[in-house]
Amino acid sequence: MNKQRLSALWVTGTLAFALLSMLVPLPGVLQPFKPYWPALVLIYWALESTDRVSLGLAFIVGLCADLLDGLLLGEQALRLCAIVFIVLRFRSRLRFFPMWQQTLAVLALLLNDRVLLLVVRVFAGDSLPPATWWMSPFVGAALWPFIFLLLDDLRMRLRIQQQ
Amino acid sequence: MALTREDNSPLFAGSVAGTLRLIFYLALAMVLMVLDHRNGWIWHIRYSMSVIVEPVYKLAGLPAAGMRTLSVAFADRKLLTEQNQRLREDLLLANAKLNRMAAVAEQNQRLKELLDTQHSLELNVQLARVIGVDVGNSQQRLVVNLGARDGIKQGQVVIDSHGVIGQIVQVLPTTAIVMLVTDPNHAIPVMIERTGLRTVAYGSREGDQLSLPNVPLAADVRQGDKLLSSGLGGRFPPGFPVGEILSIGQSQSGLFLEARARPTADIDRSDDVLILHDQAEPDGPPAPATPMGPPASLAPPPDPTPAAPASVAPRPAAGASVVRP
Repeated sequence: MNKQRLSALWVTGTLAFALLSMLVPLPGVLQPFKPYWPALVLIYWALESTDRVSLGLAFIVGLCADLLDGLLLGEQALRLCAIVFIVLRFRSRLRFFPMWQQTLAVLALLLNDRVLLLVVRVFAGDSLPPATWWMSPFVGAALWPFIFLLLDDLRMRLRIQQQ
Repeated sequence: MALTREDNSPLFAGSVAGTLRLIFYLALAMVLMVLDHRNGWIWHIRYSMSVIVEPVYKLAGLPAAGMRTLSVAFADRKLLTEQNQRLREDLLLANAKLNRMAAVAEQNQRLKELLDTQHSLELNVQLARVIGVDVGNSQQRLVVNLGARDGIKQGQVVIDSHGVIGQIVQVLPTTAIVMLVTDPNHAIPVMIERTGLRTVAYGSREGDQLSLPNVPLAADVRQGDKLLSSGLGGRFPPGFPVGEILSIGQSQSGLFLEARARPTADIDRSDDVLILHDQAEPDGPPAPATPMGPPASLAPPPDPTPAAPASVAPRPAAGASVVRP
């Protein structure tokens, strides 16, 4: 029971940290390359522990993200729901992919996410973003193996059993 | 719990329930977005949740603040001495200029009193610190550490020592969000200092420049021209430096010249900004001019002489209507 609570706390903690790091600005030049942290962490947890990650959780995390840093309420909720749905649908296959294939899958997910964001923004009446705006998914995918290994290692150390 | 797990992740086929749930959540998100787009709820919610939101902003601003502190702590003595020296020189220069300006300002004040206008050259400002947080998924917003409790209102103009930075777009109890002049959704009415040509400067799409897309073809605009805020539109007070023209080219339609300008304010590097408290003149037509002329007691008696020609007859009536207030 205690262990379960610890692991729930750990999942919440990493998600909160991801939301926080979404707000932290990078120094000037690197700014457009900032990856979409909440999506990466949610993908990890969707792959590793389906019991906790559901569409509802993705929706709530998205609403929190919108509340902190968003132009429209529900925009990130929509994007994160779409990501988590795809990951959960293909979870069994994604988990047994070698790392490079998984990275490519994550890249596709993040690109899909950017397209969704672009559609929402255009409907909301914003102007088209510059070309560097499309770099963020590539940075996110390049960081994926490290994030995966780091989170996996921390999970092993905390002995949170896989569920 | 563990028993239902297999249903959620079948190897090849998806479950109908999952798809339905997805459709439900997507529809919910879309309804929220449309409602928010129509009514602007997000800021009301953010305002009422400010107990949670603002500490998170402050927390997320800590790394930037830490970097700032570290850069001061580890800056070597020589650098600081040089900076100090440079600041002293600047101050000396500014004071000298100010002394010379003081006489002119006083003269200006007297002349303006003669003209009975209310414009003043004095600035009523509040110093604010920038919190290093990324809001609204773009670089074109700043968060400052003053808010509704400090008397900040939406629409106030934010400047630094070099020029206009932007304007307050949203206010939370102890923080406020500034939209920069370089935001693609921002426009500021400007005037070219050298020629007095009035136009509008928009934020550029790339986000670090200003774009002036409708300069007339025949206009005299050169590289290096300074842009001042023109005060039209009633949001930005006139006379603040906004930018400097970098380049001029044809616009896409070919009907106008399109100029690019660099904002004069240190948008990327300012840690402290000033928030102007004097709001510009309100929108709309100017207030009716106060009547001039002799007081009503000196007005001619209402009955005109019967000998007056017909063409002159309306004039006393018009004069009387002006004097009445």
